[in-house]
Amino acid sequence: MDFYFFLIQVLNGVQYGLLLFLVASGLTLIFGIMGIINLAHGSFYMLGAYLAWSLAQYTGSLTAAIALGVVLTIALGIALEQVLFRHLYARDHLYQVLLTYGLILVFDELRSMIWGDDVHGVAVPALLAFSIPLTENLSYPFYRLAMSAVCLVIAGALWLLIRHTRLGMMIRAGASNREMVQALGINIRLVYTVVFALGVALAGFAGMLAAPVSSVFPSMGGQVLIISFVVVVIGGIGSVWGALAAALLIGMADTFGKVLVPEVSAAIVYLVMAAVLLWRPEGLFKR
Amino acid sequence: MNRRRSDIALAAALLALALFPLAGSTFYLQLVTKIMAMAIFAMSLDLLVGYTGLVSLGHAAFFGIAGYTLALLSPQYEAANLWTTLPAAMAACAMFALVTGALVLRTSGIYFIMVTLAFAQMAYFVFHDTALGGGSDGIYIYVKPEMKLAGRTLLDLGDLGQFYDLVLILMTAVYLFLRRLLGSPFGRALAGIRANEQRMRSLGFPTFRYKLAAYVIAGALAGISGYLAALQFGFVNPEILSWHNSGIVLMMVILGGMGTLHGAIIGAFALVLLQEVLANQAWFGEAAKHWQLAMGVLIVLVALFLPRGLAGLGARPRKASADGR
Amino acid sequence: MAAEPILRTEALTRRFGGLTAVNDVRIDLRMGEIHAVIGPNGAGKSTLTNLLSGDLPPTSGRILFRDRDIAGRTPHRISRLGVGRSYQKTNIFKPFTVLENCRLAAQSRAPHALRILSRAERFRDLARNAEAALELAGLAQRADEIAANLSHGEQRQLEIAMCLATAPTLLLLDEPLAGMGATESARMVELIRALGRDHAVMLIEHDMDAVFAVAQRLTVMVNGEVLESGMPEAVRASPAVQSAYLGHGE
Repeated sequence: MDFYFFLIQVLNGVQYGLLLFLVASGLTLIFGIMGIINLAHGSFYMLGAYLAWSLAQYTGSLTAAIALGVVLTIALGIALEQVLFRHLYARDHLYQVLLTYGLILVFDELRSMIWGDDVHGVAVPALLAFSIPLTENLSYPFYRLAMSAVCLVIAGALWLLIRHTRLGMMIRAGASNREMVQALGINIRLVYTVVFALGVALAGFAGMLAAPVSSVFPSMGGQVLIISFVVVVIGGIGSVWGALAAALLIGMADTFGKVLVPEVSAAIVYLVMAAVLLWRPEGLFKR
Repeated sequence: MNRRRSDIALAAALLALALFPLAGSTFYLQLVTKIMAMAIFAMSLDLLVGYTGLVSLGHAAFFGIAGYTLALLSPQYEAANLWTTLPAAMAACAMFALVTGALVLRTSGIYFIMVTLAFAQMAYFVFHDTALGGGSDGIYIYVKPEMKLAGRTLLDLGDLGQFYDLVLILMTAVYLFLRRLLGSPFGRALAGIRANEQRMRSLGFPTFRYKLAAYVIAGALAGISGYLAALQFGFVNPEILSWHNSGIVLMMVILGGMGTLHGAIIGAFALVLLQEVLANQAWFGEAAKHWQLAMGVLIVLVALFLPRGLAGLGARPRKASADGR
Repeated sequence: MAAEPILRTEALTRRFGGLTAVNDVRIDLRMGEIHAVIGPNGAGKSTLTNLLSGDLPPTSGRILFRDRDIAGRTPHRISRLGVGRSYQKTNIFKPFTVLENCRLAAQSRAPHALRILSRAERFRDLARNAEAALELAGLAQRADEIAANLSHGEQRQLEIAMCLATAPTLLLLDEPLAGMGATESARMVELIRALGRDHAVMLIEHDMDAVFAVAQRLTVMVNGEVLESGMPEAVRASPAVQSAYLGHGE
């Protein structure tokens, strides 16, 4: 494996990992703060991708489509929290699984009714549609680099949000002690709504970013959901930084697995998870 | 007395199922056969979810592994032997349960749900990506297994009615086995673990071992259902291990009312029949194509308003009248 | 009374982050003796119980039960050696009947626990042990009641009965009188006194009248450390104990 080939794999691994982080961070925040297991989280990723594809056709611009799409996913998040999820806070995980499984069926069928079951490609914006040459016959698409950069910016924004804002303080407090937060008179309801909408938007946004790279297809939500579960388990529930580290680990493991041991590559991430469970069943970064 | 009444109801239901082939058409015979195999699947999961408090979202792995075991052990142009392949399928499931159970049972709550799902997905990819089980196309089972005793065929599994009988017998056997198990000291210990695991530990119960034993038993029983389904449809592909299958069986358990074995059977009938009704084009025309939407909405409504499943429907008015006085 | 200690600790320490909840504690428990541990809230009494029962692993130090170091063993293994404990916060199987609570406790000692196809009721010896424990704890008439429906005092009695049904040699009782009325308390004190005759008992309790009524030995803990240990009257007279604990509030 020569250097440039290796470099490309590393870049791919980082890019995949950062994308997983966007999905998993929302999942882990919703777990950690609201105590909700949300199987429909992958559906938001899938919806994001389909939104990007169809809105890009209407507006003619992926950037405009993403801007519109983010607004729509936030609205969807707020609506779902208000109408459905707030009834689940005090309930057993089992009913959360039941309800969110039902939602998957609903979203899948709606997607099929609105957009059909076909696979679609989404064009990279013209401005970003070039590759950086590495050697004579190896190059790296700039869009992928831009994706990673955007993901990093979002990770940084999340860090600022959690470390330095009043909302972030509530999130940190809420994750460690729900009763204390309520005792402090913080409006936990509002925190929940914001966190949920943020999670949905992050997953949707990840789907929009990924659309040009992975194309848009019906089962994309389920795939990303299960890998995100693995990320959350490895990182430790409720830990955003655990999710970042675990997402990068899984991104690398998956990318290099595909290159080095292609026959069993799909199983590799699960073996990594098994190893972590043996070593630290509560995840690497459990607070 | 309550128990006696439910026993009578159960016996009546089993009798009705035994007589059903006299009346049902081929289509319905096949449908009920499929449902009864699913009922075994649901009962095995109920042992974990309803009786031990372990919410598994990876139960389809056992269903699939058993199906693949039958497919891989079946010679291409000859009949396999049920007496060896069924135990082999159950043993394969038990092995998978033992290995993954030792890992997943190190976690609890939300982690357990996610980790069981992840390991089932791993099994899915093993069959999907490797040549072991024919990849994503799966394997056909061209010849049904035979069930002989001393050279005589007990049941001809190629015959719809006789296969129906086998599935009915096995469903009844699994029901009776689990009922026996739940009334045993072992079953009582599982109930204790569900109610208060930490207290069980401090009373001296090695709860991990009990849960692992329950996990292995549930896996092996789920194997029976996967074996029967593969036998019925004559092929296996990775989709039988998919997480949708795990989701469906969990829905059956919850819909029927967790922690009651007959509830799991009722849940299997309710869910599959509901699916058949919603997808019935004669009744719903074009809308029947979108039966998943209606199913999803119904599941959401059940989660919101029927926490005890269909079993809760019957119990509620009685409780209300008692409170009303 | 001067039997050999059945359990003794050496330099037992448990830290939570920067806080040392139990610091260098030496304590010994003997058959036929009730050893009371008292101290203000936060003195480390409950943590000490949790270390002895295995609910928490110690940070350092040894716990010698019959000369075997059991420090850091899991709760179920320690329980099986003959250490029974009750909890400060009632810790029972609320959905089950009173008898079933004790039957399960007795079953934990049964060798046939893994016989999965025999009816639980067939094991008469378990039911007998459970009934005997209920009789001893004064709950025999309530055997068929659902545990959740018991009064607070009765739930405390059940807590002890479950402990007894495991036939322990050593009992760790964590505030058995907490929240009990006067008559219930008096009953419980009698029960503890009776248990003290053929068990080793460690009693954690805030009710000083009860402590001085039953304890043959007394240890005072303050800030995770043993302040004083010895015969109750001697400890009561100790100036250090007087100023640190008993002096005010009583």
